[in-house]
Amino acid sequence: MNQAFDSDSVSITRRIMDALRLDPVLLSLLLILALFGSMVLYSASGSDTAAVIRQGIRIAVALLLLVAAANVPLRMLRKISVWLYLGGVALLVAVMLFGEVGKGAQRWLDLGFIRFQPSEMLKLAVPMIVATYLSDRVLPVGLKELIVSSILVMIPVVLIARQPDLGTAILVGSAGFFVLFLAGVRWRIIISLGVLFSALAPLLWKFALHDYQRNRILTLLDPESDPLGSGYHIIQSKIAIGSGGVYGKGWLNGTQSQLDFIPERSTDFIFSVFGEEFGFFGSVVLILIYLAIIYRGLYIAAHSTENFGRLLAGALSLTFFVYLFVNTGMVAGMLPVVGVPLPLISYGGTSMVTLMVGFGLIMSIRSARRFLV
Amino acid sequence: MSKREQLKDDFLENRLIRRRLVLAAIITLVLLSLVLGRLYVLQVVEYQHFATLSDSNRIRIKALPPTRGLIFDRRGVVMANNLPTYRLEIVREQVDDFEQTLAELMQYVDYSDQDLKRFRQSSERRRPFESIPLKLNLTDEEVARLAVNLHKLEGVEINARLTRNYPQGRHAVHALGYVGRIDERDLNEVDEVDYAGSTHIGKLGLEKFYEHELHGTVGVQQVEVNANGRTLRVLSESPPIQGNNLHLTIDSRLQRVAEEAFGDQSGAAVAIDPNNGEILALVSMPIFDPNLFVNGVSFENYNQLRDSPSRPLFNRALSGQYPPGSTTKPFYGLAGLETAIANKEQETYCVGYYLLPNEERRYRDWKKEGHGATNMTKAIVQSCDVYFYDLAYRLGIDRMSAFMAQFGFGVKTGVDSTGERNGLLPSREWKRRIEGMPWFPGETLITGIGQGALLVTPIQLANATAGFALQGIRYQPHLVKSVEKIPEYSLVDIASRVAGRYEILKQNNWEHVHNAMVKVVHGLRGTAFRISRGMKYKAAGKTGTAQVFEVAQDKEYDEETVANKLRDHALFISYAPAEKPRIAVAVIVENGGHGSSVAAPIARRIMDAYLLDPS
Repeated sequence: MNQAFDSDSVSITRRIMDALRLDPVLLSLLLILALFGSMVLYSASGSDTAAVIRQGIRIAVALLLLVAAANVPLRMLRKISVWLYLGGVALLVAVMLFGEVGKGAQRWLDLGFIRFQPSEMLKLAVPMIVATYLSDRVLPVGLKELIVSSILVMIPVVLIARQPDLGTAILVGSAGFFVLFLAGVRWRIIISLGVLFSALAPLLWKFALHDYQRNRILTLLDPESDPLGSGYHIIQSKIAIGSGGVYGKGWLNGTQSQLDFIPERSTDFIFSVFGEEFGFFGSVVLILIYLAIIYRGLYIAAHSTENFGRLLAGALSLTFFVYLFVNTGMVAGMLPVVGVPLPLISYGGTSMVTLMVGFGLIMSIRSARRFLV
Repeated sequence: MSKREQLKDDFLENRLIRRRLVLAAIITLVLLSLVLGRLYVLQVVEYQHFATLSDSNRIRIKALPPTRGLIFDRRGVVMANNLPTYRLEIVREQVDDFEQTLAELMQYVDYSDQDLKRFRQSSERRRPFESIPLKLNLTDEEVARLAVNLHKLEGVEINARLTRNYPQGRHAVHALGYVGRIDERDLNEVDEVDYAGSTHIGKLGLEKFYEHELHGTVGVQQVEVNANGRTLRVLSESPPIQGNNLHLTIDSRLQRVAEEAFGDQSGAAVAIDPNNGEILALVSMPIFDPNLFVNGVSFENYNQLRDSPSRPLFNRALSGQYPPGSTTKPFYGLAGLETAIANKEQETYCVGYYLLPNEERRYRDWKKEGHGATNMTKAIVQSCDVYFYDLAYRLGIDRMSAFMAQFGFGVKTGVDSTGERNGLLPSREWKRRIEGMPWFPGETLITGIGQGALLVTPIQLANATAGFALQGIRYQPHLVKSVEKIPEYSLVDIASRVAGRYEILKQNNWEHVHNAMVKVVHGLRGTAFRISRGMKYKAAGKTGTAQVFEVAQDKEYDEETVANKLRDHALFISYAPAEKPRIAVAVIVENGGHGSSVAAPIARRIMDAYLLDPS
């Protein structure tokens, strides 16, 4: 009786999951992370309940969109990917022409009722279009496919980098690159591109980067050189993280974080608050949760039955990894300061929605396999 | 390549993608391990280092106050500089029990309630880790006592800071003004970042007017401090930039001569170079020591200064408004000639008083028995009132005021200092507006001898005299000759600006009045004849005596019986050398009695000092 009830309840949960075409493993990991994130945000925002509630609402909205995305059939995804891509690029051009300037960069498009950051939708549209394009081709990709795909990737990347929004440009570019990588671009091409890039790096340094971007990289090499400007972020962030020690100072007890020493502490630098309050132990746990999410995504990709699903799920999971790596690397003083949030934890709605929709797509890919088999 | 297998083989492709996925998973793991390794280094290996930095040490941004610009007189004599003094400062954040610390401090240093009040006020504005002064200007003894006991006093610091100092002491105080501690009101007027490290700001005079030049640019220092807030190490520094130096037009030696010439009398004197508007001396007596105000004047001192009947804090040279008396006569005389209402030879018969048609009131001359037949020259030389009553009657108040306005009466001269007042040039319109009354002809008469509603400031009077000396060209008077820009040390001259130009219609009209003024000093019957003895140059001048209170119609003014406070003000305006004026002076001695005997000798001493000085 009891056992019957248990198995019944398990099957009810599973049935709801199946009906909504959700992946219980991925979903639970995401929820744990979101919960974790709300706690850190509460501390980082200086016990600002209102900020946590706002973030909670964002998570709820993002989860609804995740469910919606999980229910879009793959066939439809491939169809809309073209329109999503073209629409996104058009909006980027619109931003360039009429966009609003915020914090010195032109990223927002004001549609009257909503302020919208078109570069976000390219984070999904670029891997989708490249995956759509390559899934019909014979793999590994040939030169022609490589060139076409590269153009598809570079158009929005250049537009975004010009805004300037280096963080998003990196994310969009790597999302596209990951599709190509998974589709089997030959190693010699990857290597020669790497060599070419290294050769061009000095030129890029000189012409492609803004002054402030150059400064951030220089600052990373020598934070002491600019302690009032960007070096200040790195110095204070390192002190916060380092002083956390093995077990951390405890939730809400981070002196550096609470005393306002960390700039941007609820957004891009939230990991320094986490590191200070939860220590090395907490950081390992957090990164393991992230790793589990990434691996679950890669697992779903590996078990997808068609190339579109494999490429897209793989690329989205790896992009998620880039978020994590760039953000933690920056906060720990390994990488230059670029505006990449700690995924699903940093305060702010835009990246939250994009990421959740991305996971919705991964779940849709998983369901496609299940229902196919 | 062209022969490449075109058939899609799902098995092969799946294997390819899976391989790449596995590879990506490995790379992911490696890179995240790098991050974890980095975190391990920060949080485990270097934990002690960062924990120290975080817990007991803080990296702080300190504002470095700039050194205030120096002030020199026209010969390079230092008028204002900065001297190191010791201050008792407290970092609130470091103090556990503030009241107890205060009580303990009491044993070593005698701070006042005022000091404490100021401290509490400024601590509301500053961040908890900034050091806030409790007492400035510690004596050597206090420093010694504190230094010995400092280890017991957490958060208490003795800091050497540069403090404004006026080496000339009381001299030229009204020209310079002074700095004082920044208060709430000042902070609302300046950029708080610029003043982040500053404790003082110009409060008055030049120090206030040229605050933007003198203050300098704040510097920033990033320092590592220990738990007690003491600086362990300077991490980086962008040094402050000293404020610009000012080079004055004031000649401090002349200034001293002028001040000494007043003795213990109250009053004001302003000496201007008519050729460019440079103020050579700006005197308001009595004077006081501005150094008292720099670090917060004590109540005792302040009350004494404030309540003194001679009002030493009042800057008479710019803010004092006096009836100019007979010193206006040369201007009205010129007005009469220029408008052709008077001519040079026409005589008025003075019987000792003047009557308006259909009026009984007698407008008295200072000389009871009258001057007899009087032409303009005689009227100026002997200062005949009746002649000028008659002239005023014929000119009318409108023409009189319009003419006086051309010499800058009734408006500020625009001198580069604070507290200047307008004076008052009465007109029909003014009287209607202020008093709601029509203008009476009698008022025109008394305005004609510089009495009534007409008021001038000493600087206005001096500048009008300078304008007269230069035949109508009047420069804007100024105290600063040049600004020495720091850090270039380049001198930027303050350009002399013509403030007003009266085009004289007939050159000999001016010469006529000018000659009469020379006779005031050098003529045997001139009212200032006494000062011409031994004079090595020729001066033009005009005496004045301004009534402080009105003598009733049938009464005599008797100097002996009138209380000192109500005695007439003595005035004298002058410029010299008469042929080519280099200095124009206005002197007002409050309650001094006659201009001829009291004010004129002061002007002579100023002119002597300036014109006869070999350098």
